[in-house]
Amino acid sequence: MTTTTTPMVELKGVHKSFGAVQVLRGVDLTVGAGEVTVLLGPSGSGKSTVLRAINHLEKVDRGFVRVDGELIGYRRAGNRLHELPERLILKQRNRIGFVFQNFNLFPHMTVLENVAEAPVSAQGRDRATVRTEARELLDRVGLSDKADEYPRRLSGGQQQRVAIARALALRPALLLFDEPTSALDPELVGEVLDVMRDLARSGTTMVVVTHEIGFAREAADTVVFLDEGRIVEQGPPAQVLDDPQEPRTRAFLSAVLH
Amino acid sequence: MTEVTRGPARATAPEEPPDGGESALTNLTVVPARHPWRWAATAVVLVLAAMAVHALVTNPAWDWPTVGAYLFAPSILRAVALTLQLTVLGIVVGFVLGTVLAVMRLSPNPLLRSVSWTYIWVFRSVPLILQLLFWYNLALLYRSISFGIPFGPAFFEIGTMDLITPVTAAVLGLALHQAAYAAEVVRSGFLGVDQGQLEAAAALGIPRWRRFRRIQLPQAMRTIVPTAANELIGLVKGTSVVYIMALSELFYQVQVIYTRTGRVIPMLLVAAAWYLALTTALSIGQFYVERYYAKGALRVLPPTPIQRLRTAVRRAR
Repeated sequence: MTTTTTPMVELKGVHKSFGAVQVLRGVDLTVGAGEVTVLLGPSGSGKSTVLRAINHLEKVDRGFVRVDGELIGYRRAGNRLHELPERLILKQRNRIGFVFQNFNLFPHMTVLENVAEAPVSAQGRDRATVRTEARELLDRVGLSDKADEYPRRLSGGQQQRVAIARALALRPALLLFDEPTSALDPELVGEVLDVMRDLARSGTTMVVVTHEIGFAREAADTVVFLDEGRIVEQGPPAQVLDDPQEPRTRAFLSAVLH
Repeated sequence: MTEVTRGPARATAPEEPPDGGESALTNLTVVPARHPWRWAATAVVLVLAAMAVHALVTNPAWDWPTVGAYLFAPSILRAVALTLQLTVLGIVVGFVLGTVLAVMRLSPNPLLRSVSWTYIWVFRSVPLILQLLFWYNLALLYRSISFGIPFGPAFFEIGTMDLITPVTAAVLGLALHQAAYAAEVVRSGFLGVDQGQLEAAAALGIPRWRRFRRIQLPQAMRTIVPTAANELIGLVKGTSVVYIMALSELFYQVQVIYTRTGRVIPMLLVAAAWYLALTTALSIGQFYVERYYAKGALRVLPPTPIQRLRTAVRRAR
């Protein structure tokens, strides 16, 4: 088993319902290590649920999710999947960074404390080294001067960059972004996308749910179009965005781009 | 608008300077609006306050010398200490149990939820004074209490009268009653924390207990503290109910003294003064606790009274 052939993310036949509403109806998805995958689709198409299933924020009803070859949320014994105890699920999440649409920074902690919290309390790393590393990460997202501010004093774009630094502090093998720019004022979108482009260039494996077609075209290796809980079309951006084969993809793109 | 009105205004007011408008306006002095009714209201309040003070000081029936004589009497101080002890034990046990009840009520387990609901229902519905008498008379119900395996053999047994002293009965009654209210106060605090906060903490893999202590609790405290302080102040005064158990807390003690000396009013004043002092101390504490938990929620923390005093002095210089 060589790491180069193991995909970073693998979804097989993933189904998920919320009550009577079927959100995912059999999703298969593979993301190679170091690749950037952008999930596109109309609202309600299930793209956020796919993302949340990858780090087990959402339990799947059928099918399975693997990250770096490891089954997420379950342990296989023969023909059964046993749900893991919460402790082990949390441990698996330590390798998966998640960036939320609404940032969800901890308002009662300073920016530095936000970034340094999880490595210390979830990974048990040494506080002093974590703090030095956190400062470096803040520098990387261009916010080293805001380390001691409280999140509420920052703009939305700055808050989201802190959230990205917080996710990176876990030294994750994989970063998930759930509409990271949708809650931002238009003029602040650029600074967040810049950071994400940087990460993409440095070879971070990323799965991004977004409506930023420009970002998808520039940074994505693969664009996946979802509709009604199924993957309709996927491929390199040049193919899916510029020469979509499916009528639903075409309809969506023309609605988004105009 | 100004453009329109300026023309005719210049025509009817020839004494204005020839350029008539902007440059002259910028040189005018600003006179603040006058508030004659504020002064009238101030006068009325001052007169009423003076009348109140006069009534308090001149009427000999208040008997201030007796108040002074008993305010720091050893028996009163001992009673204050007991009142404090009941309050502290009541609030600490009450809030610890209340937090457990709140967590149970918010748990996904339906049995835990209904147990918590039932507890709150019972202990909030029965008057405190009745609950206190129940605990006081527990020996009438159960002569002895044994510890051991449920429905099995007992390891040791203890007489109820020995276990439940009047002080224990009082603390038990106050704390169990308080817990029902505390549970709802704590629960409301946790409900107020944004769900996204928990999700973010879970996504970061922060263990459950740390999540509770580092993320949920500090944010819940913002809403818990003001109501909890209310409860605490209520309990300081609520301890006076315990007098029915002949425990020599503050209210019972002043009654003992005035039945002996016949000086009812001054002794009630002594008790009032102490309750006032205790709640004042608590209110000051509340200010600082609230300020501590406001970190990050307010852009600028309100200055403490000491800081306010310092800036006032600096300005006066």
